[in-house]
Amino acid sequence: MRAKVISTLAEEIKEEMDGFDEIKIMHLCGTHEDTITRYNLRSLLPKNLKLLSGPGCPVCIIPDYDLQLVFHLIKSSNIIFTTFGDMARVPFEGKSLFYFKSKGYDIKIVYSIFDALEIAKISDKPVVHFGIGFETTMPSTALAILDGIENFYVFSSHRFFVPAVEHLLSANIKIDGFINPGHVSTIVGVRAYEKLNKIPQVIAGFEPEDVMLAIYQLVKAIKNGENKVFNEYKRAVKYEGNLKAQEAMNEVFRRQSWEWRGLGVVKNSGGKIRKKYEDFDALKAFEDVFTDFEVKEDSKKRACRCGDVLKGLIEPSDCPLFMKACNPKNPVGPCMVSVEGACNIWARLG
Amino acid sequence: MCLAVIGKVESIEYPFATVDFRGTKKRIRIDLIDDLKIGEYVLVHVGFAIQKVDSREVEEYDKVWSDVISNLQL
Ligand code: SF4
Repeated sequence: MRAKVISTLAEEIKEEMDGFDEIKIMHLCGTHEDTITRYNLRSLLPKNLKLLSGPGCPVCIIPDYDLQLVFHLIKSSNIIFTTFGDMARVPFEGKSLFYFKSKGYDIKIVYSIFDALEIAKISDKPVVHFGIGFETTMPSTALAILDGIENFYVFSSHRFFVPAVEHLLSANIKIDGFINPGHVSTIVGVRAYEKLNKIPQVIAGFEPEDVMLAIYQLVKAIKNGENKVFNEYKRAVKYEGNLKAQEAMNEVFRRQSWEWRGLGVVKNSGGKIRKKYEDFDALKAFEDVFTDFEVKEDSKKRACRCGDVLKGLIEPSDCPLFMKACNPKNPVGPCMVSVEGACNIWARLG
Repeated sequence: MCLAVIGKVESIEYPFATVDFRGTKKRIRIDLIDDLKIGEYVLVHVGFAIQKVDSREVEEYDKVWSDVISNLQL
C-alpha cells in the first residue's frame, strides 16, 4: 500500500512539474529530513524540484553563545545539570557536556524534563535543566516550572519557531513553498502561520506518504499562486492548535529577540522565562556566576558550514569537511551531532 | 529530540497515563490534553502527550490513504 501511494504521488508531482520552472521547497523539521533521506524521496522528484533542509533541528540552531554560558555555569557552581542526550554531544572548542561529565561534573542525561524534576525532588543540590526545543517542548518546560520545585531551575535556550519562518520569508533566500513542522504545529495550530502568507505552506506528517502529499499540494499551490496554509497532518494538527499547551507556554515564557545559528538574531523568537518565574530561571538564580563571563569564538568551527546548511544555502555534502574531518563519531558542528541535524542524517542514511 | 511517537492510552492516573507504543509501555504526562479517554491515541514528545490523534486515521490507515489517492486521480 505504502509503495503504491508514494509512487502514485511521485507520478502526479512529475506531471505537475513537467515544463515548469525550477521550484524550491524547504522543510522546517529535522524529522522531515530523516523521512526524506531514509526513504530516498529526493530521488523520486523531478530535477526541477529542489527539496531544501531548513532550520528545523532545535539542537543545531542553538548558538555557541548559549553553550558557552552553560559550560561556564557548570564549571563555576556546584549543581546537577540535566540535558537531553543530543545536546550533550555538541562541542565548543572540542569540549562537550559529555566531556565535562567524564571530568566528574554532575551531568545527567534525561529523556524528559520530568526525569529532571524527579532528580531535584530527591537531591539537596540545585538541579539545572537545559531547556531546548521549539513550541513542541516549551509547554513541558513550562509545566515543570509551574510544578514549583524549589531547587529546580531551567537554563532556557528555547526558541519560538514561528518567528523563524517569518525571518526566512524576509531573508534573501529563494524559497517557493514551506513544508511546516508537524509537531510544532500540533501546539501552535494552522492559525499561527496564517499571517505569513507570502508563499504556500503545508503542515505535514512524518510518514513518507505525508511528505510526498505535502510536496504535491505545494507544487499545485505554487502553480496556482495560492499563498495559503494547508494542513496535510489533520490527524494531529487542529486549526487552533493545543490551547492548553499554548496557555502554559505563554504563562511562563515571554518573547525576546535571540540569536539562532545560521539565521542571526530572529525577532521575538527567544523563550525568556518571565519575571514572575525568575526564581526558576538559572540565568537569574546564578547571575553572580556570570559576572566574569566572556564570549569567545570557536576556532575549531571556523570551516563548519552548519549555518549555511540551516538556511538551505548548501547541502551537507557541499561542506568540505563532510565525512572527512567531520563525521558522526567526530562531529565538528551541531548539524553533525544531532540525529535531527541534516549533516548527521545524510551521514547515517544518505 | 523533536521526534514524537503515537501510542494508545491504556490507563489513566492523572496527570499521568500509561501509553502503549506497539508493545512498549511508558508512563507519560497528559496534563496538556483535555478529556483524554482510555483507548484514544496520543502523540507523545519527550515524555508528555502533545495532542490527541484521530483514531480512524491510525486504525484505518490503508483505507484513508487509498481514499486520498483515488481523490487525486478523479
Ligand atoms: S559537515 Fe560538519 S563541519 Fe560541515 S557543515 Fe555539517 S556539521 Fe559543519
